[in-house]
Amino acid sequence: MSATDYPRTVAGMSAGLARGAFSSRELVIDCLGRIARDDSALNSFITIVEEQALAHADAADARRRAGQAGPLSGIPYANKDIFCTKGVRTSCASRMLDNFVAPYDATVVTRLAEAGMVMVGKTNMDEFAMGSSNETSYYGPCRNPWDTSCVPGGSSGGSASAVAARLVPFATGTDTGGSIRLPAAYCGISGLKPTYGRISRYGMVAFASSLDQAGPMALTAEDMALTLNAMCGVDPRDGTSADVAAEDFARKLGEPLQGLRVGLPAEFFDASLNPAIATTLQVAIRALEQLGARCVDIQLPTTRHAVPAYYIIASAECSSNLSRYDGVRFGHRCEAPRDLNDLYTRSRAEGFGAEVKRRILMGTYALSTGYYDAYYAKAQQLRRLIRDDFIRAFADVDVIVGPTAPSTAFGVGQKTADPVEMYLSDIYTTAVNLAGLPGLSIPAGFVHGLPVGLQMIGRHFDEATLLQVAHRFQLETDWHQHTPALKD
Amino acid sequence: MLEEAQVQTLARLARIALEPAELPSLAAQLSRILSLVEAMEAVDTTGVEPLAHPLEPVPRRRPDAVTETDQRAEFGAVAPAMAEGYYLVPRVIE
Repeated sequence: MSATDYPRTVAGMSAGLARGAFSSRELVIDCLGRIARDDSALNSFITIVEEQALAHADAADARRRAGQAGPLSGIPYANKDIFCTKGVRTSCASRMLDNFVAPYDATVVTRLAEAGMVMVGKTNMDEFAMGSSNETSYYGPCRNPWDTSCVPGGSSGGSASAVAARLVPFATGTDTGGSIRLPAAYCGISGLKPTYGRISRYGMVAFASSLDQAGPMALTAEDMALTLNAMCGVDPRDGTSADVAAEDFARKLGEPLQGLRVGLPAEFFDASLNPAIATTLQVAIRALEQLGARCVDIQLPTTRHAVPAYYIIASAECSSNLSRYDGVRFGHRCEAPRDLNDLYTRSRAEGFGAEVKRRILMGTYALSTGYYDAYYAKAQQLRRLIRDDFIRAFADVDVIVGPTAPSTAFGVGQKTADPVEMYLSDIYTTAVNLAGLPGLSIPAGFVHGLPVGLQMIGRHFDEATLLQVAHRFQLETDWHQHTPALKD
Repeated sequence: MLEEAQVQTLARLARIALEPAELPSLAAQLSRILSLVEAMEAVDTTGVEPLAHPLEPVPRRRPDAVTETDQRAEFGAVAPAMAEGYYLVPRVIE
């Protein structure tokens, strides 16, 4: 079998492994070869673990021969470099953690290993997941495989780029304000941010703890359902992981959409939406209607203020969470500190990049005496209004549909001069994190050769319906099968 | 609008060393972010209870039991400077 004959999806690899068409070792060697050939143009990986991956592939093949293989056994994948991996560097794309090797695995990493998946490496990202373009990485920007002069989106840009370029069939991401959905849209793949609490945050380097949520990034809704099954579940090590019954997220994939009520928020389709993206989304919405869905106009008035509320809450939580990087216990330490304060301030000045410093300073301001009520408390009040907008809307609809991003992928360097312009990339995604809802992005077409994402938002803990709608859509369309042609 | 002196105070509170040359552009960028954020003032939130966390009621607590094992050596191995099982820092008391 020649290398190009291997299936590119998780489901396809799972079926091929099950019938003995190829081994995990062959799949992993193919993956490593693709990374070696294509990733110099993309910079989607920070670390590659060739020896470990081959050893784990051999172990998966041995388990299969012993009749102990599960559906994900032996399938290669990548972790965003925000998940702690025992014995393998976890940098969070920051100079601060350039030398950090975690003494333990994140729960997500443990669960995927228990399912038999084989990690081939750790992917590039915005520093500490703060960014919308993957340009704040200490290891340099990651590139979009559809056009390497463009960003892949962020913060999980390396995971999106690697999956889109078919280097790996699946990668983990994290989403605090859009960091799974935005790069999924820009790179033309499928990405899901589950309900807050669905997946343990243990061992996931913290940015904004009331918003951070891990999720799958893959080529299809079916692959996201299969991998989400392995990732989620209550974890005694994370008190915010939700204690809900286990479920099979693939169970509804085959069900038709007859009678499904799809909400179209006026705020997501107003005059400010790019007309070419609006046209693309209208075609996608018609496809949903042809599948039996019924569209309902809805209103989410407070979501217009989601970006300001988000940037206050996220910055406030970040300034608190990142106080742990003090140059004493782990991470970067400056040379020859004069005294303890010099050790703290210079280690942090040298270890953090510009965007991380801006957010820490903004969060420090929002939490300081005299400004707390005007900024932090106000943002939390808006957070309740935004959540209540969604709960009201979900009385009348089953899913909410809109754009993932206000534009397609933009050029590297195009928005780095103005942080506010960058923040507005998240205009359609942050409200979902503030409300703790599940949301996904799937490919819905192209504008000038660059992918357009369709965002779907569901009720709390109703990922199964989102995945069902996405899967039915992908049975009728082929946008998710388009593959970028990488030039040498 | 944030003045350069305010940015310097924030940097001191956040324990981040800044060069004087960084202050003007940082003050301008933070001021620009504040002007985005101040759009929140347009919404009347009188009487709205702040929402700190998407999961209500509050997250559960685990039993107060010792579950961690001694990993002093593993955690010490990633520290910048250790001696005899202790983190080393510059002298604090002269």
